[in-house]
Amino acid sequence: MSNHATTTLDANEFYDSGAHHPENGTMLGFWLYLMSDCLIFAVLFATYAVVGGNYAAGPGPKDLFDLPLVALNTSFLLLSSITYGFAMLEMARQRKTAVLGWLAVTGLFGAAFIGLELYEFQHLIHEGAGPQRSAFLSAFFTLVGTHGLHVTFGIVWLITLMTQVQKHGLTAANIRRLGCLSLFWHFLDVIWIGVFTFVYLMGVLR
Amino acid sequence: MSAVDSHESENVHGHGDGHPMGEAHGSFREYLTGFLLSVVLTAIPFWLVMGDVLASKQATVLVILGFAVVQILVHMICFLHMNTRSEGGWNMLALIFTLVLVVITLAGSLWVMYHMNENMMPASAHEMRNAP
Repeated sequence: MSNHATTTLDANEFYDSGAHHPENGTMLGFWLYLMSDCLIFAVLFATYAVVGGNYAAGPGPKDLFDLPLVALNTSFLLLSSITYGFAMLEMARQRKTAVLGWLAVTGLFGAAFIGLELYEFQHLIHEGAGPQRSAFLSAFFTLVGTHGLHVTFGIVWLITLMTQVQKHGLTAANIRRLGCLSLFWHFLDVIWIGVFTFVYLMGVLR
Repeated sequence: MSAVDSHESENVHGHGDGHPMGEAHGSFREYLTGFLLSVVLTAIPFWLVMGDVLASKQATVLVILGFAVVQILVHMICFLHMNTRSEGGWNMLALIFTLVLVVITLAGSLWVMYHMNENMMPASAHEMRNAP
């Protein structure tokens, strides 16, 4: 409809229907950021793969990792993923209160994930298995800590967006921001699949 | 001309509810399918490792890696809504490029470092005793 108003912008129509998808560049740009983030994690995974067996006569994964705790943590992150999905569905229906509700649930699951991870880290450090103990533990804390830091910033972003939506409603700008955070949040869940498989499960098998 | 264009693009994306961010979210069914598949694909590897189900460790490693790859694909399709058409194919192109770099980084590091460790001079018994 508003297409008629933008007929002068030939470039827009050539690449994609500009009226249908006005924020063309943002989602692609954010996707490119996620891909570069993916490379950061790839390097950390490679580091862990190379030095993950160097225990320096210290404790190994079998002595340290508590798989039921990791399973609980994984379920928190997975649940937060689907509740964020529900927030996106409510956003499509322009139901502001429901969006805020699901975002709050997502944030709580994220906070529970971070809480459990901090408990695990604190427990490890208390046992004398801190990041300085061995190359394996340095790589472990760097990889899992970087993921945890991402989730923490995701929660900060989530709270910021909840305030924005509360204040200004589901405007086009807020819808775009919620879309970016959706990509970010689900991307972190994808990275976590790599972490629990490669670090925890395969570590205990080693 | 422009009216025809917009109709076509609506058909391609498979929705016509007119909100500005068509591709950024899926349907309830898509999310639920993704979630249920993820629960199964997470539970089985944990069960395999915690229950010591398979006799061979090698086999367990291969199976759980397979489950991880499948679950990543499920997340990509159901949660991140990846397809070959989003952003005119540029999303997919960036993803493929990234995957190539990830494979080179991981395979290259492991390959080089494995052979370096193999070719290290073996430590003598004296050195082993006095290792820090």
